[in-house]
Amino acid sequence: MPDVTKTDVKTDAADPVGAAPVAKAAESKPEKSRSLWGDAWADLRRSWIFIVSSVLIFFLLLITFFPGWFTSAQPVLGDLSNHYLQKPKLGEVGSPDWLGYDQQGRSVYARVIYGTRASVAVGFGTTILVTLVGSLVGMIAGYFGGIVDSILSRLTDVFFGIPFLLGTMVVLNSFPERTTWVVIGALGFFGWTQISRVMRGAVITTKQSDYVQAAKALGASTPRIMFRHILPNTMAPVIVVATISLGVYIAAEATLSFLGLGLSGVSWGNDISDGGNSIRVAQWIMLYPSIMLSITVLAFIMLGEAVRNALDPKMR
Amino acid sequence: MTIIEETAVPSPREGDGGPLLEVRDLHVEFHTREGVVRAVNGVNYNVHAGETLAVLGESGSGKSVTAQAIMGILDMPPAKIPQGEILFRGEDMLKMSGEDRRKIRGRRIAMIFQDALSSLNPVLSVGYQLGEMFRVHQGLSKKDAKAKAIELMDRVKIPAAAARVNDYPHQFSGGMRQRIMIAMALALEPDLIIADEPTTALDVTVQAQVMDLLAELQREYNMGLILITHDLGVVADVADKIAVMYAGRIVERAPIHELYKRPAHPYTRGLLDSIPRLDQKGQELYAIKGLPPNLLHVPTGCAFNPRCPKAQDICRTDVPDLFPVTERDGGELPGRASACHFWKETIHG
Amino acid sequence: MGRYVARRLLQMIPVFIGTTLLIFLMVYALPGDPVRGLFGDKAGSPQVIAALRHEYGLDQPILVQYWNYMKDMILHGDFGTQIASGRPVTEVLGDAFPVTMRLASLAFAIEVVLGIALGVVAGLRAGRLTDNVVLLITLLFISVPVFVLGFIAKLVFAEQLGWMDPNVNDSTDYGQLLMPAIVLATASLAYVTRLTRTSIAENRRADYIRTAIAKGLPKSRVVGVHLMRNSMIPVITYLGTDIGALMGGAVVTEGLFNIQGVGGTIYESLVRREGTTLVGLVTILVLIYLLANLLVDLLYAVLDPRIRYA
Repeated sequence: MPDVTKTDVKTDAADPVGAAPVAKAAESKPEKSRSLWGDAWADLRRSWIFIVSSVLIFFLLLITFFPGWFTSAQPVLGDLSNHYLQKPKLGEVGSPDWLGYDQQGRSVYARVIYGTRASVAVGFGTTILVTLVGSLVGMIAGYFGGIVDSILSRLTDVFFGIPFLLGTMVVLNSFPERTTWVVIGALGFFGWTQISRVMRGAVITTKQSDYVQAAKALGASTPRIMFRHILPNTMAPVIVVATISLGVYIAAEATLSFLGLGLSGVSWGNDISDGGNSIRVAQWIMLYPSIMLSITVLAFIMLGEAVRNALDPKMR
Repeated sequence: MTIIEETAVPSPREGDGGPLLEVRDLHVEFHTREGVVRAVNGVNYNVHAGETLAVLGESGSGKSVTAQAIMGILDMPPAKIPQGEILFRGEDMLKMSGEDRRKIRGRRIAMIFQDALSSLNPVLSVGYQLGEMFRVHQGLSKKDAKAKAIELMDRVKIPAAAARVNDYPHQFSGGMRQRIMIAMALALEPDLIIADEPTTALDVTVQAQVMDLLAELQREYNMGLILITHDLGVVADVADKIAVMYAGRIVERAPIHELYKRPAHPYTRGLLDSIPRLDQKGQELYAIKGLPPNLLHVPTGCAFNPRCPKAQDICRTDVPDLFPVTERDGGELPGRASACHFWKETIHG
Repeated sequence: MGRYVARRLLQMIPVFIGTTLLIFLMVYALPGDPVRGLFGDKAGSPQVIAALRHEYGLDQPILVQYWNYMKDMILHGDFGTQIASGRPVTEVLGDAFPVTMRLASLAFAIEVVLGIALGVVAGLRAGRLTDNVVLLITLLFISVPVFVLGFIAKLVFAEQLGWMDPNVNDSTDYGQLLMPAIVLATASLAYVTRLTRTSIAENRRADYIRTAIAKGLPKSRVVGVHLMRNSMIPVITYLGTDIGALMGGAVVTEGLFNIQGVGGTIYESLVRREGTTLVGLVTILVLIYLLANLLVDLLYAVLDPRIRYA
């Protein structure tokens, strides 16, 4: 099965320091003895994409952990005296009236603030899950090769063969109560294949390097070779894919909520879906969660972009 | 060695007398994030038809950049040519339109690159890549172009050319791939070929074969040849004259065998001394101390001064001109020059 | 080449079996009962339910059900019966499939043409203003989820400007399908653009491109033949896998614009717990997806001779 990320793995693992000079002039540049990570960090600090996305993510995390700091309004209990057709008071920044009310008289602003937690939790939870599972499967397949690799690769193909959104929809449809864990589980169930493929590719490349062969010849144990020698050198492409997928999973969760198959509690996707029904008369019910969702996804995708640029010198 | 006897004298061969190619005071800079890199700093050289000029230097000396400037394949930006002329048959190519230059490339001046594996397109058959020359420059049909490609592969002595014309670069050995590069350069019988380290990537035994082939074809077509190398050993048998480059400048110029006999620049001497010799078996091999200069911070004065065993105060302050080199009694040494304040001491001991 | 194709086909068999089994297990082994679903909120009498379960073979062990299902499917092209309507799934699909085909192929065409064009333009100007603008636009396209985009499109073009109907009334009219197709294509379009851009920007500096220029080839030929041929390889790989994403996305897009296609039918059977229909539809989608991937692999081998002889 072809592999979307094949090129990334190749460039990352085969040429981690960007040995190929961009211009002939680079021939004579002084050799600064910095590591890949040191170089990446120096690059990140200079990147405006990184700075913008970090600030956004900082605020998102603040909202996630301390929603009460941002609004005094209640997200769940509505008061129908706050009629949803009254226009938002855009001047009153931060008040419950600020972004208007939804059909059940709940403050849209409070819904937007409290909905952050669900999205961020699902995003991080799923990313951690798929990184752990995908890395493990990819590592085992790449390291042992042969029949183990064949079986695991076909297994990966099987999960990859089911369209992601369709698969999670089918799984989630069977759960009447969809908690954060259930949604994370469903997204992770189909999401681990990409990391697994990236990891496998990186391990195969690293395995052939001289220092791993040397460690083997010196009789290092298999877990030691895997975790001390191979793992650190396969981290770069995995981190890049994981960071970008954070945003993708947040979008996926919202999409599932929109279809009525996502989280049962407060969630931007649910609100957007509800707001869609009143789109002609009260656009704000749908608009503000949509904006917040898009900004959140954008922040994480930008972070992934910045990390990729820093870790993959060929992208420059 | 017979080649040297035949072609040693650097004299114009063609009736019109002028050089085929003349580089005049060429400057090339690269604008990078860290600053401006002056990769080529006023280089002058010329090549006549049938003549071979070797350009010698370490990486970063500007030898390849000069060649790319001649070919017009520098990436601009980051590269810039603020000054200089490149005359091809008397006409300055830097003033030509892009389209006129393109028509010279490949047809009148061709280039052979160092690494044939990466320099050939991996996803197109060699027959296609060779035939492309005829299709683009002469408007031949696909079929005729392929026949020509087979002919070319025969010329560069690739066995079973007709059977291999549809093969891809990775299916050939390193030596065979370099022959294909040579064939591609020869395709339209150009006036001048620039070979950038054509044998560096090859095994020693294959190196000699490819070099001989190149020399043989050059003689046959009476082409000018610029041979860029970092290896003094490679050029001895084939070149007529040599220009040694260091940090973007020519530091010494000489007919080839004279350079070997009597170098007039400490850098050249250092290079010659670091060639392993059979009669000095057992002795420690000489190496020039230090590293090539960082082009962002070229040393003041003579760029070679931090590595030079003979450096004096003047070397640290004044950039030496390219002085004409003469015999001890002032007798002329045609074609010789050295950019060393102390060239007399260096050549005459 | 022949061996490569054979190997690819052989590898597809276990993947096909595995994927269909996985779908089957997911639909039937997880909680929820399609027969009970038939009765809605009212509880049917236990006898009737048992009889129906028997009729549809739902009382048999899951692997036996799977075996029977696959047997019927492969031998007779029978994908089962839609429980609610009693119609064969193939017939249901026959109605819905052409609609989604039109929508998806329109979206696919948009993403290929626009994505590659934008990617090439950005890649050739890597690091300059055009490149940064294209990069920013693609970031936005990736970040705004499909359903948000759909809402915005409806709000702006249907409600405010009145250029289109909010819903698609005639699914054979490509004019009406254009907006849903654009919405469906945006994210993929952005990915295609970025992939093309990266690939072009990287290969642009390759030695063989320098050679092509040194050969005196016109720029159109350097870019069109030498650069494109190499740069399209990862893009084509992505396009193959993207067919799955388009079909998943069709569920949302079709719902938004009220299009009666495969996505809509899948969503409907999902909500009604119509196991057979769901398995049948998803299996067909997976089959298309696997075939598309096989095609891409073969194309890959045609484009990259190094694979062919590996």
